[in-house]
Amino acid sequence: MSLLQSTQFRPDPSANATRRALLRAWPELQNPAAWLVALILVIMPLIANGFFLIEIFATTLILGVIALSLMFLAGYGGMVSLMQLTIAGFAGYMVAVFGMSGNANISLGWPWWLATPMALALATLFGTLGGALAVRTEGIYTIMITLAIGAAFYYFTNQNWAIFNGHTGINTVATPHFWGVDWRSDIAFYYVTLGVAAICYFAVQYVSRAPFGLALQGVRDNPRRMAALGFNPNAHRIAAYAFAAFIAALGGVLQVWNYRQISPGSVSVGACIDVLIIAVVGGITRPIGPFIGALIFVLLRTFALDVLIKLGLDGNRFRLLIGLGFLAIVFWSSDGVIGLWERWRRRSASSTQRSGGGRHG
Amino acid sequence: MARFIERHPAWALIVIIAVAVLAWLVFAIWPPGLEAAIGRKRVFLNAVLNGITLGGLYFLVASGFTLIFGLMRNVNLAHGSLYLFGGYIGYAISTWTGSWILSFIVAFVAVALVGVILQLAVFRRMEGQDLRQTMVTIGLSIVFADLMLWVFGGDFYQVQTPSWLIGPVQLPLLTAIKSSGEPVYLQYPLVRLVIFAASVVIGIAMWLALNRTRIGMIVRAGVDDRDILAATGVRIQLVFVLVFALGAGLAGIAGVVGGTFQSLSPGEDTRFLLASLVVVIVGGMGSIPGAALGAVIIGLAEQLGSVYIPTYAIVVTFLIMVLVLALRPQGLLARR
Repeated sequence: MSLLQSTQFRPDPSANATRRALLRAWPELQNPAAWLVALILVIMPLIANGFFLIEIFATTLILGVIALSLMFLAGYGGMVSLMQLTIAGFAGYMVAVFGMSGNANISLGWPWWLATPMALALATLFGTLGGALAVRTEGIYTIMITLAIGAAFYYFTNQNWAIFNGHTGINTVATPHFWGVDWRSDIAFYYVTLGVAAICYFAVQYVSRAPFGLALQGVRDNPRRMAALGFNPNAHRIAAYAFAAFIAALGGVLQVWNYRQISPGSVSVGACIDVLIIAVVGGITRPIGPFIGALIFVLLRTFALDVLIKLGLDGNRFRLLIGLGFLAIVFWSSDGVIGLWERWRRRSASSTQRSGGGRHG
Repeated sequence: MARFIERHPAWALIVIIAVAVLAWLVFAIWPPGLEAAIGRKRVFLNAVLNGITLGGLYFLVASGFTLIFGLMRNVNLAHGSLYLFGGYIGYAISTWTGSWILSFIVAFVAVALVGVILQLAVFRRMEGQDLRQTMVTIGLSIVFADLMLWVFGGDFYQVQTPSWLIGPVQLPLLTAIKSSGEPVYLQYPLVRLVIFAASVVIGIAMWLALNRTRIGMIVRAGVDDRDILAATGVRIQLVFVLVFALGAGLAGIAGVVGGTFQSLSPGEDTRFLLASLVVVIVGGMGSIPGAALGAVIIGLAEQLGSVYIPTYAIVVTFLIMVLVLALRPQGLLARR
């Protein structure tokens, strides 16, 4: 029997090795649940109507991408940055400023394929500079400085009329339209967001296992030791900010295409904190966490009003619900919903084991 | 002071020149060329005084923040909510009883009580977990903001200034000389001056309490090394509760002050949280004189900025923060 098996495997040892290497690099490939989720996401337009497709799923994916950038910084770099939404908003503003919009006196009217890379580059630069500033201090100071950057940007967009058009913001931003497809139509836009989210997810997954990601995790755990080993902790941190800023900028571009407008309200301090809530509620140890958090957040935001009214409560207390939920998560699970799920699974696994063992004994 | 000049002669020179220029701008009668270049002296003086008095308000908010941080290493991001809560309490009391002074006392006590509850119910449970504490304060600020929106709605409120403080007062500062040779003196609202004087008094009292009393000695020791202090037998939890109550109470007083010379509305909590963050980053975390210096710098930058470069005013504030972080990341007056 063993001989048979070994002959079965013999014909193609190199292919087998590559397969194992692939599986080690992407353990999701072995997880049936991951394949199921991917399948459902791909055939979603067949199941869901336009409202669910855009208002729930596309919005979830966009918020998830922005929160993913925070998860990358916080989970692998140990830096909780509250300016990820600000970077996304900056990218959105740049799309509106360089591209076409209803405010012709501000927008430069570049075509989308020029305006979008420009916006991504500028937003990445913005995030990198902010990061370079934030890494000068550590731990909780990072939160304070990034929050100050975010708040300053919010007040700046409110005050500045020359570029950001004050508190009215920029409206009717043009969306890409090529190859005969309107990429903002519901189904096309859903696939665009799904594609970007998938790329970002796998990029974060990949970087976390690449030498850079491992070094970053080393810097998170013990910067002094990494410095002694010859790594430059601050350079790694700034590079992490740059990578995260690019992801956040992608999310920001998608967001401005989704709403077709951007105003200071989209970069308010509350919205910055929402991104933190999404990442923390989902769990900041794995890249899937932010997407779970975003789904919970979007569902709550969309349906809390109706549910609260149906329960005879004041429907405007949605933020109270979010805040209390966030507090509960922070209090009882340091690892968000993923942590709760894992703890529950471990407990049920150990209890079945115990009951099984009891039967044998 | 002398040591600072010895160690940093170049910086000392820059500071002395800046102070001299500012003093000349404040006291001299401006030559016509200067007035043509940057506008009337009255506008400038008003901006400077507004900046300094706003700095007084910022100091009240930020000193509580920095005190709590210095001792407990706890970034209380709900500090802005405490400010707004104090303001609303002060408004409610002053409309109900008509007494301005009483509203300060009640706001201080009420917000200090909230602080005590926070310290006992929340922060004591997660001591030493900085990040988690910070997240909790973020969650609390959301909950508080929504509760206050629920109770007080989205309206603007202003605390009534008492009648004996209404009206301008003439300051011995020349703004111009009329063609008839008659000097024109600056008129300035009395209430802002009184509030500024009060915040200076509070600041000095805090400094004295920290540096000249036994409790202050304990608090300073706690800032330096909490564990050794606890090992010497001081009941450190009691000190924590007292300091948290004092810091929160100061935020409450600041809320009444802010409600008197500005207004109260949802969103002010974030504004003052940002102000105290920037003030504390500029001045140095955990340092009371640092908070005072930072508050005056930020207040001046904000007011002068909004007069002379209105659409970029916030950038000035922000640039100051960037500059400080680049040159002296620990803050201007921090020890380490």
